[in-house]
Amino acid sequence: MLNKTGIPTKDQVLSRFPDRKVLIKPKAILECYEDIPCNPCSTSCPFDAIEIGENINKQPQLHADLCTGCAVCVPSCPGLAIVIAQIKGDRAVFKIPYEFLPMPEKGQIWDGINRSGEIICDALIEQVAISSKTDHTAVVTVSVPVDYLYDFVTVRVRL
Amino acid sequence: MKHHELIIIGGGPSGLCAAKMAAEAGIDVLIIDRSPELGGQLIKQTHKFFGSKAQYAKTRGFDIAKILIDQVIHHPHITILKEATVVGLYPDRVVTVYQHETYTRYQADRIIVATGASEKFLAFENNDLPGIYGAGAVQTLMNLYGVLPGQEIIMVGSGNIGLIVSYQLLQAGVHVKGIVEAAPTIGGYKVHASKIRRLGVPIWTSTTVQRAMGKDHLEAVELIDLDAKWQPLLGTERIMSLDALCISVGLSPMHQLLSMVNAKTKYINELGGFVPIIDDHHQTTVKGIYACGDAVGIEEASSAMMEGYLTGLYVATDMQRPHPDSDALKEKYDYELDMLRNGPFGIKTKIGLEKLRKDDIHAQ
Amino acid sequence: MRIDKHPILSFPKKEPIPFIFEGQHVVGYKGDTIASALHALGVTTLSYSIKKDRPRGFYCAIGNCASCNMMVNGVPNVRTCITPLVAGMIIERQTDKGVIR
Repeated sequence: MLNKTGIPTKDQVLSRFPDRKVLIKPKAILECYEDIPCNPCSTSCPFDAIEIGENINKQPQLHADLCTGCAVCVPSCPGLAIVIAQIKGDRAVFKIPYEFLPMPEKGQIWDGINRSGEIICDALIEQVAISSKTDHTAVVTVSVPVDYLYDFVTVRVRL
Repeated sequence: MKHHELIIIGGGPSGLCAAKMAAEAGIDVLIIDRSPELGGQLIKQTHKFFGSKAQYAKTRGFDIAKILIDQVIHHPHITILKEATVVGLYPDRVVTVYQHETYTRYQADRIIVATGASEKFLAFENNDLPGIYGAGAVQTLMNLYGVLPGQEIIMVGSGNIGLIVSYQLLQAGVHVKGIVEAAPTIGGYKVHASKIRRLGVPIWTSTTVQRAMGKDHLEAVELIDLDAKWQPLLGTERIMSLDALCISVGLSPMHQLLSMVNAKTKYINELGGFVPIIDDHHQTTVKGIYACGDAVGIEEASSAMMEGYLTGLYVATDMQRPHPDSDALKEKYDYELDMLRNGPFGIKTKIGLEKLRKDDIHAQ
Repeated sequence: MRIDKHPILSFPKKEPIPFIFEGQHVVGYKGDTIASALHALGVTTLSYSIKKDRPRGFYCAIGNCASCNMMVNGVPNVRTCITPLVAGMIIERQTDKGVIR
């Protein structure tokens, strides 16, 4: 399905999420489902929590116990395939990469979007971080109802 | 007639990397490029690149171009000619150049042809209407000149270039109505496809463009589904209005200069079409003339850079002026190149290279 | 249509460059090629084919396809997609193989 539509299956997505108990702390979700020669996520991680190894074609593996959710990997992935996820009570809080205008602003409510590009919920913009280190990729902290933990992937502006 | 020890035709990623190695070996290098700027197609790439540190992974293409250009513009052994088109190449290694209405001849001891690739085209009725662009042209307009190619666009081709350029169009504020792909599956990296799908852009596989319509400019296209044998399915035609169509159906190695010296070529589908036959040192069948980068086989810019470094090192060795770190660097870049070709996307290239090696014809 | 704001690139206002297209006084900007300046003005037909008079625009943008050939200051067959715009240039469409006037 991924090869035909560009959308991973539910099973593929779930395989990248650590156990819900673990997600009490923020953790990286590495949605890299294909062997391609690439390793900046691994080399960027200050905690060695992302492992690829010598053969850079291998898909990255997350060592969740080492991951602090610092989000350095989020703007490092050229495929924008990494987000940070955390469960905070009845909200799922994400840090996502964003490279469009207009930029979201703290406090705004945007549309929460799933992997098929469909609107699924309201998304509250909590923080927008952009610096020279992230090289024009903003890291946006956004929260959605926790029911959408496995569905939410990005935000879209409300026109 | 002016003389340079090494003339590199093409100032894109592979040419620039070859120049760096040769110059570090003490060789006098002339780089000739027909564009107003060096950097080849890299200067239009706004996305972050893949690969490893050696290929500047996670750096945006135009920033990689700046790094590579910086390495050559101030080097005392490197001379650069821009807006200069090489119009003639001769077996005795004379290069003739047309620049600003002046024609100049150069004599070289060695030549590297690093002229890259050109866009393939798609045959359909009215494919010559203004508003129909190659993907590179769309990138050039948007990212170099800040001009929108249109407001409503359809992309043809779901390889990496088609997917990446669609994303760049969206960033520039253009409405991408969809991506048309003739094959039953998406051609490029799935992370690129996923980015596009999140943005609500459909990818229509097993679909092609039947014809374009419009008077002085593109106004609509007729799409049609393809069956399992890639034949059009009558009855599935539909018309979509748009003002720009982007054709991204692959690249063809551009080495026509080499036909002026009768360098032998071979048709290898996996490498993009006719490619010059080169030996392990990237030398063509004409002694003293080498080739590297997309001109010898379509890959990514990351591979072009590694090939460029290697070719520069080989040329220096062949001239009895090896780079001081020749062995270590050759090993490093060989390793990197192999790694880039090691995954499923590299299989095609490896098959192509095998076919190329088969009946080896070395330089006389 | 020119891009005003972009998430990755910046397009600062540049020095205007006046030129003449088919007798009309128009303006491009520093850094433009002839073809990009025309495109920004909404001119997408750059030439007409020799035999059938079909409108042609630019296709490859890097000087390969010859779709963008125009007459510049009386010189025919100039690849406008890779020729930088210079103030005072006189640009005309060709309808033939190119005659030096």
